[in-house]
Amino acid sequence: MPADDRFTEDFRETREEEVIGTRSEVVTGPVADWATDFSHAEPEWAADPYRIQDDLRQRCPIAHTERFGGAWLPVRYEDVSAIAYDTERFSSRSIILSNFRPPRELAPVGGSPPISSDPPFHHDARKLLLPAFTKAVVTRQEPATRAFCHSLIDKFEGQDVVDAAQDYAQYIPIRVIADMLGFPPQDGPQFAEFVADLLEGINLPPDERIQRVGRMFDYLLVQVHNHLDSPRDDLTTYLLNAELYGRKLTPDHVVGAMALLLIAGIDTTWSAIGASLWHLAKTPADRDRLVAQPGLLPTAIEEFLRAYAPVTMARLVKQDMHWHGVDMKAEDWILLSFPAANRDPAQFDRAGEVIIDREVNRHAAFGLGIHRCVGSHLARMELRVALDVWLERIPSFTLADPAAVTWSAGQIRGPRALPLRIR
Amino acid sequence: MKVRINPERCQGHGRCYDLAPSLFGEDDEGYGTVLSDGAVPPGREQDARRAELNCPEHAIELLEEG
Repeated sequence: MPADDRFTEDFRETREEEVIGTRSEVVTGPVADWATDFSHAEPEWAADPYRIQDDLRQRCPIAHTERFGGAWLPVRYEDVSAIAYDTERFSSRSIILSNFRPPRELAPVGGSPPISSDPPFHHDARKLLLPAFTKAVVTRQEPATRAFCHSLIDKFEGQDVVDAAQDYAQYIPIRVIADMLGFPPQDGPQFAEFVADLLEGINLPPDERIQRVGRMFDYLLVQVHNHLDSPRDDLTTYLLNAELYGRKLTPDHVVGAMALLLIAGIDTTWSAIGASLWHLAKTPADRDRLVAQPGLLPTAIEEFLRAYAPVTMARLVKQDMHWHGVDMKAEDWILLSFPAANRDPAQFDRAGEVIIDREVNRHAAFGLGIHRCVGSHLARMELRVALDVWLERIPSFTLADPAAVTWSAGQIRGPRALPLRIR
Repeated sequence: MKVRINPERCQGHGRCYDLAPSLFGEDDEGYGTVLSDGAVPPGREQDARRAELNCPEHAIELLEEG
């Protein structure tokens, strides 16, 4: 078999040269009016986005901002779902809203297929990943995940207060995805940095941001070469061997998909576990009920996913158009807030309340349409196991200091500091 | 009562096979499948309704027999 020469120095240099695109002026600072100047990167949004979204839903269902080179924020379920389904008018070429728009020629593949891909390429790139993430396949990770959760709680021995975000929630998805990709588990802290650079660094100067993202690609290339030298049964080797249209994947596709799998599963699941524990710490009635009735946990998890949906996506408008009452311009961003859709009273009864035995729950936490989160079954398994083990081991816990809880800004929302009193 | 999945709408969220595993399964890519011929056994009607009411894509159809 000829050596795999896709990942040579040439590839690396080409990647660096390819960073062309459109940069917009970085605008930060307090928001004047959320309807005309919104920014999900500001601390006020991080502190409580729901109040802002509820207000916008009343007076201006599609907010706008000149920041980020122009962006729109729909907050009704109806508008969010229409955009999610309309891949003709809204491109996924870049799904992280920032001050850098990648070149249009990047469509329909995008930088991290399939999340960044549009039809028809999207379907084929997605099909490659789906078999690795079915419920049946991810269930095989459950025993190891459960054992890992127990080992994290074992380390709490002797402590009265622990940080459930830093010392528990964060580690679980990092460990699971490192195992699946075949990366060294001790590299976990680096993954957390990559995630922060990519998802929270949106208002860094674009070139600094590009440089930071480059560090992640350097890391991924090391892993690629390691797997080329010693192939094994993991997702990295799978992607290296995968074929599309009768030939192996392009190097950009392989590394982009690896980046997607690494990044997309970490911050999101970390956030969902943390937000659920935060809710239970401040709501003893729900906590006690789940301890007494563990069978209710899967239903409660769906409600936590609805009410505290961690993930907001982005789209780019393809052409100038009048859409649902506003004039969108080509290349305007859409901040596609599944969390806002999930709290629309037109779609959900008692939308602002957390009802852990909610029977009817068509929430959109994992998106809608062709881009449904590929890792949703994995995320649900991790969330269920993480909460199940926690409630079994630590049935009684409270917020140690409500004022010390901090939440991430940007498109992924979850607690980043969550001190809990556990005895 | 019979259940049916509209393959044009199903995106593999898996709510149906989570909530009603006696009626629905998953294929090799995670898309929902109807087990057997879709006829809902007596006593399973509530499971079928829960699956239908929790599908985010509105992909599940219930056919009530008269």
